[in-house]
Amino acid sequence: MTMLSIEKLNVWFGTGRDRVDAVKAASFDVGAGESFGLVGESGSGKSTILRAITGLAPTWSGRITVDGRAIERTRPRAFYKQVQMVFQDPYASLHPRHSVDAVLGETLQLHGFKDIDARVVRLLDDVGLGQKFRFRYPHQLSGGQRQRVAIARALAPEPQLLLLDEPTSALDVSVQAEILNLLADLRQEHGLTYLMVSHDLSVVGHMCDRLAVMKDGEIVEIMNVAALRAMQATHPYSQHLLQASV
Amino acid sequence: MDTLLDIENLWVKFPTRQGIFDAVRGVSFTLGRERLGIVGESGSGKSMTGRAILRLIRPPGMVEADHINLDGVDLLQKSEKAMREVRGERISMVMQDPKFSLNPVMTIGDQIIEAYRLHSTASKSEARTKALEMLEAVSIRNPERVMRAYPHEMSGGMGQRIMIAMMLIPNPEILIADEPTSALDVSVQRQVLDIMDKLVKERGMGLIFISHDLNLVADFCDRVLIMYAGRIVEVCDADKLHDAQHPYTRGLLNSLPRLDTPRDRLDVLTRDPAWSDTPSVSGRL
Repeated sequence: MTMLSIEKLNVWFGTGRDRVDAVKAASFDVGAGESFGLVGESGSGKSTILRAITGLAPTWSGRITVDGRAIERTRPRAFYKQVQMVFQDPYASLHPRHSVDAVLGETLQLHGFKDIDARVVRLLDDVGLGQKFRFRYPHQLSGGQRQRVAIARALAPEPQLLLLDEPTSALDVSVQAEILNLLADLRQEHGLTYLMVSHDLSVVGHMCDRLAVMKDGEIVEIMNVAALRAMQATHPYSQHLLQASV
Repeated sequence: MDTLLDIENLWVKFPTRQGIFDAVRGVSFTLGRERLGIVGESGSGKSMTGRAILRLIRPPGMVEADHINLDGVDLLQKSEKAMREVRGERISMVMQDPKFSLNPVMTIGDQIIEAYRLHSTASKSEARTKALEMLEAVSIRNPERVMRAYPHEMSGGMGQRIMIAMMLIPNPEILIADEPTSALDVSVQRQVLDIMDKLVKERGMGLIFISHDLNLVADFCDRVLIMYAGRIVEVCDADKLHDAQHPYTRGLLNSLPRLDTPRDRLDVLTRDPAWSDTPSVSGRL
């Protein structure tokens, strides 16, 4: 079963002379429960695909289908119950003057949950933070703890598809290991589907089942992780990327 | 090997409301004409060590050491004015992010020329030729155009190469590179490292390479200091980093996902309070 299907997706910014085509005719499918990676250099358009799916990049054409339903220009609230995103920089993606409780409570309220108190407790347990972090502010948390809060916020509406935009690139390797383990556990417990962007091939190799390699806005190759591990890339650019990262 | 820099018992302290915080606690090492890596997590004191050498830590921060000798002269005894002759001319530093280190309202050319003329009596046209040469040396295509451009017109990789060019023009004896490639893509990273490597070899400079990336340091440096909580916990040859003994170093290495050895779960570092209590290992040769 397909959770997310992208067909001939184009995303551009600016008009006329200043137009930049950030994504050009990208197509791929992500099955339900699968973890799919997008890799490439900065500026290759991998994050832009995630932003187009969530509606943060409004100028796109093509077809995006989530769980069999095509996405329209305006997304209903139900869409965000299904799809959530975790951003790269936990220092920038949390409101500095909202406590953890406020961040999670607001999200839960917006999605119409009634038992907010019990859910906040459960979310914090899910991401391994526990009660004592509930009334802290972001500046009282370390980078890894903040990313856990961001993940808890994304999990609050009980989504099926999680879009992960470089979730560990701002963190130390020791903390990265904790967050990657947490994400792997959560996927198993909640049966989530991941679409993960990273520039680090070994992280994608660890987390994902299949991946797409992007260059200059185009997907040059889609391969599975076994091929990646065996260094069997067919496109010269993916071979180059593999060599540079070992 | 002749010693360029000799540091003995370096402390960096910051007063806080909860008392004095020691960012660097009694670190000793020497630097010869080699590539010395300093690795550790954020907050381990590696950047502070680099800054303390150039006395870039401002009050209320305090730097204390038995000595920081550059060719036998203690930098801590120098006046602020004398320090200015050391910075840039004898010891240069490349910072992490070119976006915050270049002047946004000055063209690249003017910035490089200014940096050069501060340290020499060269005329403007001589400085210009030198700047062009240097930009070519760091593999920038079309240096004429780059000279006229402003920093925001440059990509991250180009910005970082420009910074390196600027730092190397006065021909320093020591280059301190603080995470010079962590803002760059893997393919550009290689290029920047190759350039630094070439310059270090050709000019016989000493390089202090500060990074959190163990694999990169193992690949690129000659010798590595591993820092934890302001102390050096282990010193080893870079090519033997993967056989390191200290549990902290092992923990860091094991927490990295690897393409060739797939695992279901990554090892998580369990910190032993004893690590931060054991005295610093000396990095002297």
